Amino acid sequence: MHWSRYRLRLCVCICLVISAPISGSSGPKQLTIFSDAASFSLPVREQGGREYVDLMEILRRFGRTDTRSDHDRWRVTLNNLTVEFKNGKTRFKVGKSDADLSAPFYLENGMGYVTVDSLTTLLPPFLQTQVTLHQNSRRLFVGNPAVHFTAQTSGTALVLNFSSAVNPTISTEPGKLRMSFSREPLVAPGTERLSFDSKVIPSAVYSEENGTAAITVNGSAPLFARFSNDGRTINISPAPQGAAQAASTPTVNQGNAPAAPPQAPAPASSPIPFVPVFAVIDPAHGGDDRGEQLSPQLAEKDVTLAIATRIRQELQARGMTAVLLRSSDITLAADQRASAANRSQATVYIAVHAVSLGSGVRVYTSLLPASGDSRGPFLDWQTAQSGYRTFSQAAAESVAAEVSRRQMKSRTLVAPLQPLNNLEMASVAVELAPRSTIADLNSPNYQQTVAESVAAGLAAAHDRLRKP
Amino acid sequence: MIPRHLIFGTAAMLVIALAAGMYAWHLRRQIAHQQIQTDVSHPASPAPQGPMEQVTLWVAEDDPGTLRARAATIPMPSGRQERAEELMRALLNVYTQESSPHPIVPTAEVRTVFLVDPGLAVIDLNRAFAEGHRSGILVEELTIASMVQTITANIPGTTRVKFLIDGKSQPTLAGHADLSITYDVSAIQQLASVLQNTP
Repeated sequence: MHWSRYRLRLCVCICLVISAPISGSSGPKQLTIFSDAASFSLPVREQGGREYVDLMEILRRFGRTDTRSDHDRWRVTLNNLTVEFKNGKTRFKVGKSDADLSAPFYLENGMGYVTVDSLTTLLPPFLQTQVTLHQNSRRLFVGNPAVHFTAQTSGTALVLNFSSAVNPTISTEPGKLRMSFSREPLVAPGTERLSFDSKVIPSAVYSEENGTAAITVNGSAPLFARFSNDGRTINISPAPQGAAQAASTPTVNQGNAPAAPPQAPAPASSPIPFVPVFAVIDPAHGGDDRGEQLSPQLAEKDVTLAIATRIRQELQARGMTAVLLRSSDITLAADQRASAANRSQATVYIAVHAVSLGSGVRVYTSLLPASGDSRGPFLDWQTAQSGYRTFSQAAAESVAAEVSRRQMKSRTLVAPLQPLNNLEMASVAVELAPRSTIADLNSPNYQQTVAESVAAGLAAAHDRLRKP
Repeated sequence: MIPRHLIFGTAAMLVIALAAGMYAWHLRRQIAHQQIQTDVSHPASPAPQGPMEQVTLWVAEDDPGTLRARAATIPMPSGRQERAEELMRALLNVYTQESSPHPIVPTAEVRTVFLVDPGLAVIDLNRAFAEGHRSGILVEELTIASMVQTITANIPGTTRVKFLIDGKSQPTLAGHADLSITYDVSAIQQLASVLQNTP
């Protein structure tokens, strides 16, 4: 029997189909979209050598959407405009007219995917505004939400002024301080490489990669970042001698926290300078840990981050330094959170949670376990909080009083919640429940009211949160 | 014409791929079968035996987030450990009803309760209990408090309670309540006294 080439090709195709799921892999690429309403990131998948994104995942952030799938046709409606796609085709219908995508649309499990570069064609009719794509870095700007910055030296310091408040993740390595802006629509200055007439800080470089913008400051000495002007100004200066030992792992420094260099140890004879931080704010969950799925579109981890950021701003507005344990969607274990908080030597720790059950705000302090064996200067990890419960209760009661003052329900309780037991400072957890509907949890007004309550409560209890 | 060695090579690859696929399918079935056997390998809880007794169940109520003592009459065996298990099952029975004030998935089960002297109760729950539990500080805390209170109200001498899921310790119940620790009964009693007050 003679086999034809056709049959052989068929066999090879079958082998490839069998092996395809094994060899398939997904990369960590992401697209970040900035708009006046919100900034968010979503995963990018590769198909046929092109970068695709879930169109519905984008559109639903801009309003109520409706989708219909009929065999290989997929229709989506937003803001009274209906667009119809056909699986595997570049041509699509906008209302009654036709247009073309730069690459075929494809449909998978009821979800429609378009290439990243197609978004500049697709989104303007839906959103009635201009859309700009930084293709190499996958950063998409809807409307004109740009944050600009200027950089100038002042003495030995570099002063960066931003057109609105920023909250970058700061990391350091010898001779460099890097600020990553994942949520801010930061745009490049006139030139990407900035040179300064300074021997300590000779240059800085602006770059964009995988949805994130970064400013890398080059220095001849370990550098230190300090925030002011409500997050609109960052002063970068040589770190005080010895601050190096305050380096933390994981790198979760935010806001006013010093970005301490991981090297250059302090001379043994000099005391380690202490940069006081009043509050460590911990947006619960994050990364793989989504927390409660509050609604099909709303995860607890996103709400906690939004509220925590507002609390930080409110504390700063009252003249108190505050840092976030995470400012992006990263996974942190409870022990990592406790270690980072303890290292900061802050006065108070605030964990932020959100929940669909009940209404109002609940404020928790620790419920200590049965064990506990502190020896000398070493505290038992599970009961490290035991010496700070009076301060924690003072913080909780003060926050609850401020919540009640704003006509919201409040309740103080103890709870077996990690990592409250492991903290060596006044520690509370704030659990925000809706005022009336789940949508309240995502309401800027509601979040702001709660943030003001927490900040006011902590400010009122300021002198009762640690030993005099 | 296609060379003969290519035909044989391709045919051999196909046979190997099919054989590997069938073997993988066989292994998956075997594992699934073993899993089922494991799941049912612990003795099915026998129908409770013993005289009917009045006990106190501490029942959580999501709305308004309180804990209430409720009298119930259930058959109670004579052994302390069996009594503890029956108490937990009676409590879960309240929570898995349709009209439950604190719903827990119907597949949730108490695997066993160990009473370890002096004063330690170890409550072993099945995986479905944790995986189906709702997430939130209060809702998880209510579950923990109601189980600890029910045990301590009816099994004198209990001073500490530890929770296991499928025989293992795990960090949290559903993302919030700490299951890595051993609970101090007196601390839970203080919490329960607060949870009895309607907010």
